[in-house]
Amino acid sequence: MAARFATPRAGGMAALAALIALLPLGLRNDYFYDVAILVGLNAIVCVGLNLLVGYAGQISLGHAGFFGIGAYGSAILATRYGWPPLAAMLAATLAAAAIAFAVGRPILRLRGHYLAMATLALGVIVYMVISTEDRFTGGPDGMTVAPLAIGGWALRDPRLWYWVVGALLLAAVWFALNLIDSPTGRALRALHGSEVAAEVVGVDATRHKVMVFVVSAVYASIAGSLNAHFSGFITPAKVTFLHSIELVTMVVFGGMASTFGAVVGAAALTTLPQVLTPLKDYEMMVLGAVMMGTMIFMPRGVVPSLQALLTRRRDAAAAAAAPAPRPGDGQ
Amino acid sequence: MSAQFVQFLLTGLTVGAIYALVALGFSIIYNASQVINFAQGEFVMIGGMATVWFAAAGVPYAAAIPLAVAAAAAVGLALEKFAVEPARGASVVTLIIITIGASIFLRGLATLIWDKQLHVLKPFSGDTPIVLGGATLLPQSLWVLGVSLAIVLALAWFFGRTLLGKAMLATSNNRLAAQLAGIRVRHVLALAFALSAALGAIAGILIAPIAFTSYDVGVMLGLKGFAAAILGGMGSGAGAVVGGIVLGIAETMSAGYISSAYKDAIALLAMLAVLFFLPSGLLGRRGTERV
Amino acid sequence: MNFLEVESLSKVFGGVHAVEDLSFDFQAGAVHSIIGPNGAGKTTLLNLLTGIYSPSAGRIRFEGQDLTGLAPHEFARRGIARTFQNLQLFFNMSALENVMVGRHLHERCGLASALLRFPRLSREELACREEAAELMRYVGLARYLGTAADAMPYGALKRLEIARALATRPRLLLLDEPAAGLNPTEALELDQLIGRLTGRGVTVVLVEHNMHLVMGVSDHILVLDYGRKLAEGPAAAVREDPRVIEAYLGSAAAARNLGAAGAAPRAGIGP
Repeated sequence: MAARFATPRAGGMAALAALIALLPLGLRNDYFYDVAILVGLNAIVCVGLNLLVGYAGQISLGHAGFFGIGAYGSAILATRYGWPPLAAMLAATLAAAAIAFAVGRPILRLRGHYLAMATLALGVIVYMVISTEDRFTGGPDGMTVAPLAIGGWALRDPRLWYWVVGALLLAAVWFALNLIDSPTGRALRALHGSEVAAEVVGVDATRHKVMVFVVSAVYASIAGSLNAHFSGFITPAKVTFLHSIELVTMVVFGGMASTFGAVVGAAALTTLPQVLTPLKDYEMMVLGAVMMGTMIFMPRGVVPSLQALLTRRRDAAAAAAAPAPRPGDGQ
Repeated sequence: MSAQFVQFLLTGLTVGAIYALVALGFSIIYNASQVINFAQGEFVMIGGMATVWFAAAGVPYAAAIPLAVAAAAAVGLALEKFAVEPARGASVVTLIIITIGASIFLRGLATLIWDKQLHVLKPFSGDTPIVLGGATLLPQSLWVLGVSLAIVLALAWFFGRTLLGKAMLATSNNRLAAQLAGIRVRHVLALAFALSAALGAIAGILIAPIAFTSYDVGVMLGLKGFAAAILGGMGSGAGAVVGGIVLGIAETMSAGYISSAYKDAIALLAMLAVLFFLPSGLLGRRGTERV
Repeated sequence: MNFLEVESLSKVFGGVHAVEDLSFDFQAGAVHSIIGPNGAGKTTLLNLLTGIYSPSAGRIRFEGQDLTGLAPHEFARRGIARTFQNLQLFFNMSALENVMVGRHLHERCGLASALLRFPRLSREELACREEAAELMRYVGLARYLGTAADAMPYGALKRLEIARALATRPRLLLLDEPAAGLNPTEALELDQLIGRLTGRGVTVVLVEHNMHLVMGVSDHILVLDYGRKLAEGPAAAVREDPRVIEAYLGSAAAARNLGAAGAAPRAGIGP
């Protein structure tokens, strides 16, 4: 039972690094690279969102808004105002963090359904601003975005982008694992377990919730900036309510409170539409069915459910090999 | 009062009546099950789209409308039975994701059965505007206001005077006690979903001749209906009506006098303001959590 | 200066006074009990004394500092900890981690050091783990060190809450019905644990229906009825107080309880 919460950090990180290193062997052309990069970017958002939703237990139905702030902030500053893309990205990230910090305190005082609706409204408001202020954003038609250039050298080759995104994903996962294992992460998980109990042992609930909200907004914003520079074009479609929902679905499908689950969820639900291209019309129904089905039949998500299954198997094997220890005797 | 102001007021009342119906749907389900049904907007969509569909197939309104309402109610029952009931006792986040999943599923289904086009329903009794103090009023607006009023009165009678209505209220107050008093809680839940779906569908049908209807109208109408319910106080019937009217008028006025581009954003900002500063709404009860 | 001073404290819920114009002082280093029939306002009082509710009127002073209106984590920071009548544990964590959360106030961990996992943090985590394990042994949970909280029996969970509260290093510990649901052996162990707590310099406030336990361990008893103070004083005096007996006679079971507790000291459990 103890293994359930002890993150297999080193093993997981090594496996993820190996997967990222070996995956190009199976990527046959640029299209495959595009999908892999998209998986990586979505995974970065989901690892951050999972800190908020999975660990701290605070739902957000508006994270596409932060993705959009990163994407459009970076795009507008770099393309319309000629900022160096990295500086534009940094400014967009700071803007997303500042907005998350400013709205975080009143929003995260809300709970459950109210929090869900408020974050939904926040995301929709960002979408409305982006699709209305067409002088800056190009409106519903979108805008072209300058490539990610450092000095005079522009990053264009998807094969190079792959390694950049892969390295950033590893960093994102590593930061998230560190945070969860720290006293701060423990306080976040405690808030999820019982907010009132966390408060009476001295956890400042609001401060911690706002902090993790800002962290998750930064993750989403950076992924948004990267997405804009990578694809060279951005439309408000990436900032819609539906995109927020897709992100949450990735997190819950992979497994709430599982960082690697968030990566698995992002991978599964990003590649699924690519595989299902002939069934494009069914995409929304499939997404809805996955959300309902996961919550009804596998509420803990794929990765935690598999982990539990493996632990049970191992325990059963150990029990067969030796006289069973009394439950709870532990170490 | 300028004619322009009267015009905005009348339009606001019409839109507000629709929001009130959607808000009532939210409140009925919330009271019966403590679930906020994120698929509430899809009932509105089903009402409008199904009526358009039946009408296009040559079914007269007198039959098409009841059919569409019945279809929505059936979807409401199915939602309760197959999505909400299996997850009873689950966390709030789980229920939110289930009802959102249901709404996305229904929207996807709507694009398959129907299409992604905008549709408009022919008004029930012509479109010759009625002039009223310098402002004009579409006959359909009278339908909206009249039917909404009738529904509100019927609901007040149902919850205040009938045994079934009282059983529903009892269940919302104390589920266990209601069960012990012999109320079949399962039936009450199913009824709440069917009733709320029917209300949403009626709202969708009434508004379809004024605004366009399409597979995705549910998102915004659902959100506005929720905003109205929050404004009035979640769970309060009178609050839902007041919230709907206030929201409708506020939105129309601000669209007319301030900016029509951010008309929808104003409803959302109003909702956020109420959530932040007046969490129990205009008419809601203030609750205290027990530890 | 009194250790804990409560002055004209009131809490109103929609017109109902759960606690009304209540004043009392508690001294350090003793075991205080708060008793009273169901609905007397005992749990409301604990919620007020830990900042979960803010009072409708009145003041709470602890070690000379006015805590009225502060948030619960501020009460914890000032040295007040508690357990809950209905278990409020972190069932998404291991037992040990539950206690480690109790150390939260005593960890120095900024966001940067959490994200980057500085070596100092790893060292402090080891120390935290060690102290949490020590506290689990102290309350008698040594065998559950590696167990998930949701896999532990009820009696052990009650003690886990005490260990978590102790991890905040409180000077005042409020126990809300710690003996409820325990079998007689477990209740006796609890009795001994409370005795040891005062030895650690922790002042204990006990809200409890088990009169046997209350009369055995309390130095001072506060009796509430309908949110008001009915009586106050040493255990022996309170037990003889006619107003207390009258309030309890409303419930036959409670009256028997009181009678049984009256016999207990002669059996050697009392002071």
